[in-house]
Amino acid sequence: MAVDQNLKIELGKQGIFVTTIEELYNWGRRSSVWPMQFGLACCAIEMIATTMARYDLARFGAEVFRPSPRQADLMIVSGTVTKKMAPQVVRLYNQMAEPRYVIAMGACAISGGPFKQGYNVLKGIDRYIPVDVHIPGCPPRPEALIQAFMTLQKKIDGQPLTGEGRPRHLDAEAQGEFAVPEQGEHDLEPTSNKGVWPVPITIR
Amino acid sequence: MSVAEDKAERVEGWNRPPVIEPEGEGELLEVAMGPHHPSTHGVFRMDVALDGERVVRLKPVFGYLHRNHEKIAEGASYLASMPYTDRLDYFCSLTNNWAYALAVEKLVGQAVPERAEYIRVILAELTRVQNHASSIGFLIQEMGASGTPLMYAFKEREKILDLFESLTGSRMMCNYMRFGGCRVDVSGPWLDATRKVVAGLPAFVDEFEALLSTNEILMARCQGMGILPPELAVNAGVSGPMLRAAGVNYDIRKVDRYGIYDRFQFRVPLGDHGDIYDRYMVRILEMRESIKILEQALPTIPTGPIMDAKAKIRGFRPKPGEAYGRIEAPKGELGFYLISDGGPNPYRYRVRPPSLINLTILEDMCLGHNVADVVLIFGSVDIVLGEVDR
Repeated sequence: MAVDQNLKIELGKQGIFVTTIEELYNWGRRSSVWPMQFGLACCAIEMIATTMARYDLARFGAEVFRPSPRQADLMIVSGTVTKKMAPQVVRLYNQMAEPRYVIAMGACAISGGPFKQGYNVLKGIDRYIPVDVHIPGCPPRPEALIQAFMTLQKKIDGQPLTGEGRPRHLDAEAQGEFAVPEQGEHDLEPTSNKGVWPVPITIR
Repeated sequence: MSVAEDKAERVEGWNRPPVIEPEGEGELLEVAMGPHHPSTHGVFRMDVALDGERVVRLKPVFGYLHRNHEKIAEGASYLASMPYTDRLDYFCSLTNNWAYALAVEKLVGQAVPERAEYIRVILAELTRVQNHASSIGFLIQEMGASGTPLMYAFKEREKILDLFESLTGSRMMCNYMRFGGCRVDVSGPWLDATRKVVAGLPAFVDEFEALLSTNEILMARCQGMGILPPELAVNAGVSGPMLRAAGVNYDIRKVDRYGIYDRFQFRVPLGDHGDIYDRYMVRILEMRESIKILEQALPTIPTGPIMDAKAKIRGFRPKPGEAYGRIEAPKGELGFYLISDGGPNPYRYRVRPPSLINLTILEDMCLGHNVADVVLIFGSVDIVLGEVDR
């Protein structure tokens, strides 16, 4: 149940702070998203530049880059995912603890980007793991990554704790493990994980 | 001992360190460092065999960022490969552009106007300064100083990237050089802004050096660590600051005198021991020399066109033949080898990446050291995975 905004402000002036469990819980979650220290290619340099003094990602509570997936909340897929690297990316995602989020940073992570026609490049990481925010760009500017962070924070803020649309860690039936692809004869097998990526229907 | 190892021992002037036998009882511990490792530069795996803490075997595993650069280039027109060269060594996109433009210009016998040559030198030296600054920053980060030296480096890098952005429209992927010149002309205000940034660079290098050069931890961990003998460096084809830190006087700017490098006064810093500290010091000194070149080039830049009048843009089909163009990129010798069969796209397109070839001697430098030092030795090679795997 949402609290009336005007009433909240009025009470705030009197030194009384009113909130809901949901708001408090989501405020805590969104204010300390710890990304995983995980760079793949060119975009990783812009990711590092974002954490540096000029762009200062610390303003959003996300300056603590954790090397271990067990301690991280957010995976920034920053760069080209090749077919040799894709199984490792999925495995790292599986090892992260819920609640976990994914930002696909740059054209390569979204769709393969300029290297899409290559034989060794995965055409988008959203075939294997659920992606929350996509940022286009080659590479995206640091401002774009900050924008993605703010979008993610809004998304976390809007998640109800119960009922439809609740985060996966509060949903006992949500999928926790995602199948790790393996190199098959011609391509990775499976070519996409069911339920994560809807195969587009080609209209000729 | 296998046949391959026998051969390695017979390389003239250099004896491979003897295979270290584990002491006492017990088995070797095999550790896979990477492809996700907080300190590897990108996605690179080292299969390390350890005797306690000592490295007895190290096998690099490449290919986690193989993006089919050469194959895509063979199917695309000559100019269409220019944006892909940006993504080879993504710290130094402008020097990559230059190496590729130089190779194609050699292939078709294309002249470059003087003003364009000056712009190329200015941009290449700015690239060298920011690359060396950030590579030192990453090296110190791998020593455990999380963030701080890197922040100093990136503070200066951002100033240089702002110049790139205002000129080319992109911070990292500049796509600026063309065959026979450059894409857009530099303006007066841009040159003024560059002079301002260059005037501030010596103070930055002084500050960087005052903070780091005599730092006790840096000296203790770098001096005498990861020694690369000059004979091995030459035999393995190592180039760039790695080679010069080993004491070999080889700088392609001096050897080939490509572009207009013969007009500028600069020295080639050389190392004495070939250890990590020498590599660090060579990079610092090279930044100073680059600033010297910039200070000479900026006041003397002539007016004139930036594209050669005879440069062909549409229907670009070089005559059958082959060419190899190389430059001194910040990481070493970057070369492009092109074979033309007269068509609109190259028949063969080959990149000679300095990062990959400098990395091949990693095992020789790491044997006998502790596993914590492997990370440091690996960092001192200064590689970018986009260039290693291509």
